[in-house]
Amino acid sequence: MTLTFDTLVAVSLGYVAVLFAVAFAAERRADAGSSVWLRSPLIYTLSLSIYCTAWTFYGAVGYAARSGLEYLTIYLGPSLVMIGWWWVLRKLVRIGRAQRITSIADLVSSRFGKSPWIGALVTLIAVAGVTPYIALQLQSISLTFAAFTEGMPGGSTDVEFVALWTAVGLAVFTILFGTRNLDPSERHHGIVMAIAVEAVVKLFALLAVGAFVVWGLGGGLSGTLARIDASDVPMWQGDGGRWVGLTLLSGAAFLTLPRMFHVLVVENDDDRHLAVASWAFPLYVLLMSLFVVPIAVVGLERLPSGSNPDLFVLALPISEGHGGLALLAFLGGFSSATSMVIVATIALATMVSNHIVAPLWLSTREPDAVSRDLRGTILLARRVSVGGVLSLGYIYFQLTGSGVALSAIGLIAFAGVAQILPAMLGGIFWRGGTAGGAAAGLLLGAAVWVWTLFLPSFGTAVIPAGVLDHGPYGLGWLRPRALFGIEGIDPLLHSVIWSLLLNTGAFTLVSLLTFPKPLERLQGAQFVNVFEQANPSRAWSRSGAEVEDLLVLAQRVLGSEAALDLFGREAEGQGKSGHLPDPTPAFLQELERELAGSVGAAAAHALVGQFVKGPGVSVEDLMAVADEAAQILEYSARLEHKSAEQERTARALREANDKLTHIARQKDAFLSRISHELRTPTTSIRSFSSILGEEGLTPEEARRFAGIVEAEAQRMTRLLDDLLDLSVLREGQVSLRQQEGLLSEVIDRAVVSAGTIQGGLRVVRDAAAEAVPVTTDLDRLAQVFINLVSNARKYCDAARPELRIGVQRRGGQVIIDFVDNGSGIPVPEREVVFESFARLTGRRTGSAEPTGAGLGLAICREIMAHLGGSISYLPGQGGAAFRVILPQGLSAAAAE
Amino acid sequence: MARAHRPVFLPPAGYRRRRVRDAARLLPVLGVVLLVVPLLWTRSDQPGGVGNSVALIYVFAVWAGLIAGANLLSRLLRRDTEDDADEDGRDPSA
Amino acid sequence: MARRVLLIEDEPNIIEALSFILTRDGWTVHTHADGATAAARVKNGSPEVVVLDAMLPGRSGFDILRDLRADPDTASVPVLMLTARGQEKDRELAMRLGATEFMTKPFANSEIVAEVRRLAGG
Repeated sequence: MTLTFDTLVAVSLGYVAVLFAVAFAAERRADAGSSVWLRSPLIYTLSLSIYCTAWTFYGAVGYAARSGLEYLTIYLGPSLVMIGWWWVLRKLVRIGRAQRITSIADLVSSRFGKSPWIGALVTLIAVAGVTPYIALQLQSISLTFAAFTEGMPGGSTDVEFVALWTAVGLAVFTILFGTRNLDPSERHHGIVMAIAVEAVVKLFALLAVGAFVVWGLGGGLSGTLARIDASDVPMWQGDGGRWVGLTLLSGAAFLTLPRMFHVLVVENDDDRHLAVASWAFPLYVLLMSLFVVPIAVVGLERLPSGSNPDLFVLALPISEGHGGLALLAFLGGFSSATSMVIVATIALATMVSNHIVAPLWLSTREPDAVSRDLRGTILLARRVSVGGVLSLGYIYFQLTGSGVALSAIGLIAFAGVAQILPAMLGGIFWRGGTAGGAAAGLLLGAAVWVWTLFLPSFGTAVIPAGVLDHGPYGLGWLRPRALFGIEGIDPLLHSVIWSLLLNTGAFTLVSLLTFPKPLERLQGAQFVNVFEQANPSRAWSRSGAEVEDLLVLAQRVLGSEAALDLFGREAEGQGKSGHLPDPTPAFLQELERELAGSVGAAAAHALVGQFVKGPGVSVEDLMAVADEAAQILEYSARLEHKSAEQERTARALREANDKLTHIARQKDAFLSRISHELRTPTTSIRSFSSILGEEGLTPEEARRFAGIVEAEAQRMTRLLDDLLDLSVLREGQVSLRQQEGLLSEVIDRAVVSAGTIQGGLRVVRDAAAEAVPVTTDLDRLAQVFINLVSNARKYCDAARPELRIGVQRRGGQVIIDFVDNGSGIPVPEREVVFESFARLTGRRTGSAEPTGAGLGLAICREIMAHLGGSISYLPGQGGAAFRVILPQGLSAAAAE
Repeated sequence: MARAHRPVFLPPAGYRRRRVRDAARLLPVLGVVLLVVPLLWTRSDQPGGVGNSVALIYVFAVWAGLIAGANLLSRLLRRDTEDDADEDGRDPSA
Repeated sequence: MARRVLLIEDEPNIIEALSFILTRDGWTVHTHADGATAAARVKNGSPEVVVLDAMLPGRSGFDILRDLRADPDTASVPVLMLTARGQEKDRELAMRLGATEFMTKPFANSEIVAEVRRLAGG
C-alpha cells in the first residue's frame, strides 16, 4: 500500500472531524441530561491517559534505545501515586469538590487564604513549565509528518507549515468545546469524551505496532526475549540515582501538571471512579510501555544506523512496507499529541483567565462597575488565553527548532511543575503552612529551576559557556550545573534536588516564622480536615448583603438559569418560596463556592466581598480554627449538627403554626374582600336604577346611566365567574381537556385576546424557541398567558412598554418567562401578588375600563398547579417578570 | 474527652474495613520497596550483571502484581467509600 | 349660596352617582380620588361635609379620618364614612376614630342625601 501526501492530510482531517463529532455528540447528550454513561469510571480512567503524550508514544522507544529500563520511571511514578490513591489523591479530589476548585493554581491560592498573588505565581510557573511541553507536541506532529512524507509523492512537507496549522486547529477545537460556557464545575463532557476516544486509539496503535514487531519481526515471545538479551543496549545501566529520582519526579509531576490536575481532580465527580482508576490507569500505562523495549531493540537491529530512535514506532512499519500500520501508528501519535495539547491548553487558559486576567480586571474597576457583564469578560479572557497559550507553544517551537531530544523537554517541564508540590502537599496535610511560606517556596524553587535547568536548555545562546563553567560574575557557587560547588551530579537530578530542597526548606521555614491571616487559618483547617467537617466553618459571619444584588451578580457570572436555580434551591431549603433566600452566612459561603467554580477562589472572594459588609471572618470561626484538638472540634461539630437538626424541626413547627394563623386571617380577609368587590358594583347599580326610576332625566343622561348599570352588572358577573373558577380549581374538581398543540399558537392566542395592539404594548417574541409541542389543557394555559400579557399591558409603566416572552426547554420542562420593562413589583408585594384580590396599590391606569377583581394571578397559580407546573415571580430581571414552568408531554397531573 | 467513652473493641465489620484501608496505604510502600531492588543489581553489560530480559521481566512482574493488588483493594474499598460516615483521622485503633 | 360637600372616593361610577344626586339636591360637589392627599384637600377646601370611602388607593379612609381628627383645623368637620366591607368592627373602628356617621354600601339615594343634609345642618 502506497500513501500520498494528500491521503495523509485527508486521513488526519477525517480523524479530527470524527473527534469533533464525538465531542459534539457528548455535549448534546450531556445537555439532554443523560450523562450517566459519559461519567463512568472507564471514561475517567481513559481521560487520565493524557498523561501519555507524544513523548510517550514516540519518545519512550528512543529513551529505551538510549538508556534501557530508565524510561519506565516515567510510568512507575504515576502508577505508584495512583495505587497509593488513599494517601493523596482521595484527599485532593474531596477538597476539589468541596471547594469547587478549578485548577491547581486555584487549589494553592484557595488554601493560602484565597491569595491572588499565589494563584498568579503558580499560574506563571505552570505556563513556563508547560509551554515547552506544548511545543514538544507540535514538534512531534510535524516531525512525524516529515518522516512519513519523505520521498512520498506530493513533495516534502514544510515542517513549520504543519505545526502552524495544527496549532490553529487545536485552538479552534479547544475554544469550541473548552470555553463553550462557564461551567461552574469546569466540566467538559465533549472534551473528556474526545480524549477518551483518543486514549483508545493510541493504545490500540501502539499495541498493534508492538504485536507486529514481536510476532511479525522478532520471532515470537521467546525470540524477542532472546533478541533483547543479545542487544547492545544494557537494560540496567546502574544509575540508581536517576532511577529513584525520576520515579519521584514523575510521580510529583503527575499530581502537579495542570492538565493532569484538571482530569484527575476538576473533571472528577465521584470518589469511586478513583478507586477503579487506581488499578486501571497503572494497567493502561503498563500496556503502553509493554512493547517499548522490543520496538527499540528490533528497530536498532533492522533500521539503518543513525536513524532517529524517537521515530522507530513509525519508521519500522514504513521500512517493512506496512503502510496501513504506519498510518495507524501516525494516528496514535497524533492522538497523543492533540489530546495533551487540548487539555493542557484548557487548564492553562483557565488559570490565566482566573488568576491573572480576572484579578487585574477587578482591580481596575470601581466596585459598582463590576456588575457589568462579568461572564462575557471571563469567557473572552479564556478564549484569548487559549490562543495565547498555543501561540506561546508555537513560538517556543520556532525558537528552539527541532534539535532537542523529546525526552529532554518533557523532563524539564516535569521539574518545573514539580515546584508546586511542596505548597500543595504542605497545604493539604499541614495546617501550619502559611501564604508567606508558600510564596517563598514557590519563588525560590522556580528561580532555581529556571537557573539550573530551564535557561540552560536553550543552549549557550541564553547562558554563555563562561557562566556555565565559572558562574555569573565569577561567582563559582552559582554555577548552573554545580550549585554551591557540588559537582558531578547528573544535571537534571542536580536541578531537581536543589530546587525541591530549597523550595521545601523555604516553605517550611517561612511558614514557621510567619503568622497566617484569619482566612488562611480557616481555609487551612477546611483543607486539612476535609473528611471531618460535618458543618464547614464559615467565612462570612454576618451580612448587610442585599440578596437581589447578589442574585444580579450571580446571574452575571453563572448565567441567569444557574443563578436562579441556586437561589431558588436555597430559598426552598430555607422554607421560603420564590427566588430570594435570606443571605445567611452558610448561603454566602455556598454562593462564593459556586462563583469560585467559574472564576476561581480569589476572584470569587473579592466579588462577594464587595456586596457583603462586615468582617469576613467572625470570632467564633477563629476560635474554631484556633482549637487545635481535632476531637473536640469533631465532637462539637456533631453536637452542632444535632442542635441544628432540632432547630430545623422547631422552625418547621413554628412555620406550620404561622401558616395556620395566616390562613385563618386570610379567610377573614377573603370574605371581607368578596363583600367589598360585590357591594361596590351593587352600590352603583342600586343608586342609578333608583335615579332612573325618577322623573326629569334627559334622554342623554338616562342612556348613560343605563349603560353604567349594565357595565357594573357585567363586572359582577365577571367577578362571580372568577370566584367560581377559583373555587372549582381549589376544590380540585376541574376536568382538564388534554390537547396537543404548539406553544407558539397558545401565545399567539393570548397576545391577541389580551388586546396588546390597542394597548400600545410591544411584545418581543422568539419564534424559533416557541416552536415547542406541548400536551396539556391548551385553553387553560392560554388563560394563564392572557392574564400575564394583559397585566403587563395594564401595569407596565414604562414610556414605551415592552413585554419580552422567552421560552426555553430544560430537563423535560418548558420554561416561559414574561418580562416587561416597567419598574417591576416592589419586594414586599411580590409575596402577595398570587393571593386572591391582590391588586397592587397605586398602579391603576387612568383607563375607563373597570380593573380586574384581583383574582387573575391567584387563578393562574391554581391552573398551573393543575397542569403540573408552576408560576412564580422572577426577581432580578429589571421589570416585572413571571416565570411559568410547564412539564413537557405531561399526562400524570391530569389524571387526578 | 469523647475518646475515653469509646468501646475498646469495635465490631468486626468496622475492624475489617480499617485493615483494608491500612492495606491500601501500605501497598504503594510495598511497591517502592520492590522497585528499589534494581539498585542492588550490577549493570547489565558488566560481567555478572543482571540479564536484559530478567531485568525487564522483574519490573513488569512487580508492576502487574501491584495492579492486581490495587484491583482487589479497590473492590473492597469501593463499598467503603459509599459509606463515609466514619472517616480516617479518628481511627481509635490506629 | 350653594353648600359644599367633598366626596373622597375612587370608584368612578359611584362618584358619578353621588355627584348626580347631591348636585340635584343643591350641593356643590367636589371629588377627590387619591387617599394620600385627601387630608390636605379637606384642609384647603374647607367643605361643610366630607363623604369618605374606607378603601382608597394610597391611604385608607380610616387613616385619613385619624389625620383629620388630629388636625385642629379639620377636627370638627362632619365626616360621613362609607364602606363596602360591611363588617361590624369597621363601624366600631370608624366611630371610635371620630366619624360623625357611618353607612354601608349599597345605600338608598334618599338616605344618603338625608344624612348629608343632617350632618351639614347639625
